[in-house]
Amino acid sequence: MTATGIGAPVKRREDQRFITGNGRYTDDINRPGQTYAVFVRSPHAHAKIKRIDTAAAKAMPGCVAVLTGKELAADKVGGLICGWLILNKDGTPMKAGAHPALALDTVRYVGDHVAVVIGDTLAEARDAAEKVVVDYDVLPAVTDLATAQNAGQPQIHPEAPNNTVYNWHLGDKAAVDAAFSAARHVTRINLVNNRLVPNAIEPRAAIGEYDAGQDQLTLYTTSQNPHVARLVLSAFIGLAPEHKLRVIAPDVGGGFGSKIFIYAEETVCLWAARKVKRPVKWTCERTEAFLCDAHGRDHLTTAELAMDASGKILALRAKTKANLGGYLSTFASSVPTYLYAPLLSGQYNIPAIYCEVDGVYTTTAPVDAYRGAGRPEATFVVERLVEVAAREMGKDPAEFRRQNFITSFPHATPVIMTYDAGNYAACLDKALEMIDYKGLASRKADSARKGMKRGLGFSAYIEACGIAPSQAVGSLGAGVGLWESAEVRVNPTGSIEVLTGSHSHGQGHETTFAQLVSQKLGVPIETVSIVHGDTDKVQFGMGTYGSRSGAVGMSAIFNAIDKVIVKAKKVAGFVLEVPEDSIDFKDGIFSSTATNKTLTFPEVALQAYIAHKFTGAQLEPGLKEGAFYDPTNFTFPSGVHICEVEIDPATGTTRIDRWVAVDDFGNLINPMIVEGQVHGGIAQGVGQALLEGAVYDKSGQLLTASYMDYCMPRASDLPSYKVAMTSTPCPSNPLGIKGCGEAGAIAAPAAVMNAVTDALGHEEIDMPATPQAVWRAAQKAPKRMAAE
Amino acid sequence: MYAFNYHRPASVAEAASVLAGNPEAKILAGGHTLLPTMKLRLAQPKALVDLTRVAELRGIERKGSSLVIGATTTHAEVSTSSVVREAIAGLTEVAGHIGDPAVRNRGTIGGSIANNDPAADYPAAVLALDATIVTNKREIKADDFFKGLFTTALGDGEIITRIVFPVPGKFAYVKFANPASRYALVGVAVAQTGGGARVAVTGAGNDGVFRHTAMEAALAKGWSADAVKGIATDPAKMNSDIHAAADYRAHLVGVMAARAVAKAG
Repeated sequence: MTATGIGAPVKRREDQRFITGNGRYTDDINRPGQTYAVFVRSPHAHAKIKRIDTAAAKAMPGCVAVLTGKELAADKVGGLICGWLILNKDGTPMKAGAHPALALDTVRYVGDHVAVVIGDTLAEARDAAEKVVVDYDVLPAVTDLATAQNAGQPQIHPEAPNNTVYNWHLGDKAAVDAAFSAARHVTRINLVNNRLVPNAIEPRAAIGEYDAGQDQLTLYTTSQNPHVARLVLSAFIGLAPEHKLRVIAPDVGGGFGSKIFIYAEETVCLWAARKVKRPVKWTCERTEAFLCDAHGRDHLTTAELAMDASGKILALRAKTKANLGGYLSTFASSVPTYLYAPLLSGQYNIPAIYCEVDGVYTTTAPVDAYRGAGRPEATFVVERLVEVAAREMGKDPAEFRRQNFITSFPHATPVIMTYDAGNYAACLDKALEMIDYKGLASRKADSARKGMKRGLGFSAYIEACGIAPSQAVGSLGAGVGLWESAEVRVNPTGSIEVLTGSHSHGQGHETTFAQLVSQKLGVPIETVSIVHGDTDKVQFGMGTYGSRSGAVGMSAIFNAIDKVIVKAKKVAGFVLEVPEDSIDFKDGIFSSTATNKTLTFPEVALQAYIAHKFTGAQLEPGLKEGAFYDPTNFTFPSGVHICEVEIDPATGTTRIDRWVAVDDFGNLINPMIVEGQVHGGIAQGVGQALLEGAVYDKSGQLLTASYMDYCMPRASDLPSYKVAMTSTPCPSNPLGIKGCGEAGAIAAPAAVMNAVTDALGHEEIDMPATPQAVWRAAQKAPKRMAAE
Repeated sequence: MYAFNYHRPASVAEAASVLAGNPEAKILAGGHTLLPTMKLRLAQPKALVDLTRVAELRGIERKGSSLVIGATTTHAEVSTSSVVREAIAGLTEVAGHIGDPAVRNRGTIGGSIANNDPAADYPAAVLALDATIVTNKREIKADDFFKGLFTTALGDGEIITRIVFPVPGKFAYVKFANPASRYALVGVAVAQTGGGARVAVTGAGNDGVFRHTAMEAALAKGWSADAVKGIATDPAKMNSDIHAAADYRAHLVGVMAARAVAKAG
């Protein structure tokens, strides 16, 4: 390992510009003649638009334009799309309603886009927006997921009877039913997976710009996947042909999934820029972000686990209602289906699994992928079930897990996935030692003496990352392939630009991707630039989400570098006047057994460009190679997290006393960045378990639309984590890496809730386990003695 | 935010005169409630009168058996003042746990009590300590000052100049913070004053800060945490929201009161 190569804890190169205020985010960009957009949003959760009067707004000083869904429709701008087709149990396609970027005649959640007002200044746009008069015929809201599909509920989209987008299933129902009939013990739980608001530190923003001379549109936007945005805006929404549309996603301040999607605002800014013939800029305000960024999670699940007398798991059955909100966001349909149910085997050998999922419309903000996307929901189901089953059967929860762990690989689960590698017991053993599991009983006794309740909870999670083999996801309904591209451009002086279709918005790609180049080409990391986020520079890419950029994005770079080395060896052969196949390349030096002369990588790069040592017939000049990498399997990071809490029953306050995380991410590129990802993920998972929750009232108003009411985790809410790694290298990609970006958020909620319920002595509490919820739960008598 | 005129007087007299000439003007101190409200366009004062440069409104002084704090003294100044710590140590903790450092460096004691947010910390301390609010027109006892949610005895154009705290025998404030906002979900201040035991509760009541007379009577008989433990608080008088229903708040009043008494010693 070199100081800047694979496995080195290199400090993040991008941080210098971020912490000195030299980052360049979308809102930092200003274009000549720029105007400002303000959206007129629905104050109602569900209403018919009877009339929109824009005359007074248009007469306001500085008002450039007021545009509504009528103008959008007249220009034949297509609606927003959902890119994953889910089939119902009966094989029919899901039933999705239209999703216009500006509402045509109906609004379906508070914050829905009704009109856009464009002004010379932001203040003038705001003033004019207040003068837009919208006459609504208010309809009843549908906010309760449990009853949204009932007969007699208001219909949100005429295309989707009973507000049901799909009724989907996966697995062998007959086999599962048979296993349950034969079971000695069945554990049954009801779970709420609470709705979350993503809250990236940088709110979304967009600038649309039209160049009439070139007939070219440019969109600057906060995107995790600018090429996919361009494809959708071009091919589906129809704003411009792909080659006449440039999408730039500059520095982006966090995404967590919420910036994958193609939203109304950027669509409208781009369309409006051509209409008003000036750049149109929109920067989301925090309240707008609460109302309109796609939310995460929001499931209601009933789950059952069947065991034989020895505690061996025989089958798992789950029925989930997934709230999809008022419209289908870009990947909304896939999150509670193919990103969820295939993970229900967890780390366990479960012979039969059956899962049924209803995707449900409600008059709330659209729900889509949020850090983990389906996998936190699956882990919560599996790990709560397993914990409760162990408690009910009087077994130690660690040993119950161990008894059911998958121990040989590859392992085909009954729900699509084939796990390629793992060692679950290794993580468990290490975690038990690190938390001092043997000392738990005495710690519980110490807490009890202080009038406190102590509990410990496990979460042995698995996730499927590195999404994904294109053919596999295509067969499941995905509208795109999920490979990644890379181009390695070596300059004549030997410096290198790596163009990647991945996008960094906090992950540190400018560091980790450069480490790969530094390692493989033996060059100083300072000579490597990572270029991303501009469709005019990078040819194509699928973007960053689902912990895929290491496993898929870096594998593409890996393959492109290999091609560079092949070409460079040819050049070196000509320069050293030795056969190409005698050339060895190691640590940045080309050598040959046929000569004692050597060449450095920059020397070969220069020779490739001056092309004096070979003819055009022998070899093309230049040194630039590209690769498209399509993975052969998902990757399967796994690990064991253990959370230990102490509850004050007088107030309901839960204090996390200990946290141990032992993760298997395969090979690590930068352990410091990996550890940071684990820390951040746990914080988000703890946020879900104890603090966060989007709450709508019966009329569909979002009660948690600011930080006064929506509780984000703070440093003081979190313990000092103990983090360790084990490693089973991933056999499915050249680097042996699995992905680490979501693990903490996937593992944490179940660990916290298993600890809280252990402390309480019963299972009757849902997330978020706020002080009030815990206080109420602590009033109920424990069903069992705490496992000591 | 809508356009407004901005005035920055140098004296209380000048401020009063500006206010008299601008009936729709609002006083600006730390601005932590007013400015966000204006940014959301929920308030649109025609003018702001910024008191932060009025030197006579700022400062901390021990005067005999009283602690005097100027109206625009910031929470940060109070929380780090050795004068306050020697006189009423618990008051530094009240100020030191308001908001975050940015809030404490701008927010002022006068602004806090003039706004009388039902979840603010200072009103409980001011009420429990039997303080006197001095304005440019008169002196108002704390018992007469707080008049319910966001309502005080202040008249039009009346400016708080300082708050006079009689130094108590004992004092402590304990709050259970709203996990999201960190405002008091329930905050209880207890004091042993010349006029007897006083207990003031913020965050919980549906009519703002209030004195818990049943607890005061119990403490008058004997100052101990156990004395307040059995004293019930009527849930019907409690606030209720998504963070805490009335019964939970009523329960927390008892828990926080006992902890405050224990802390006061």
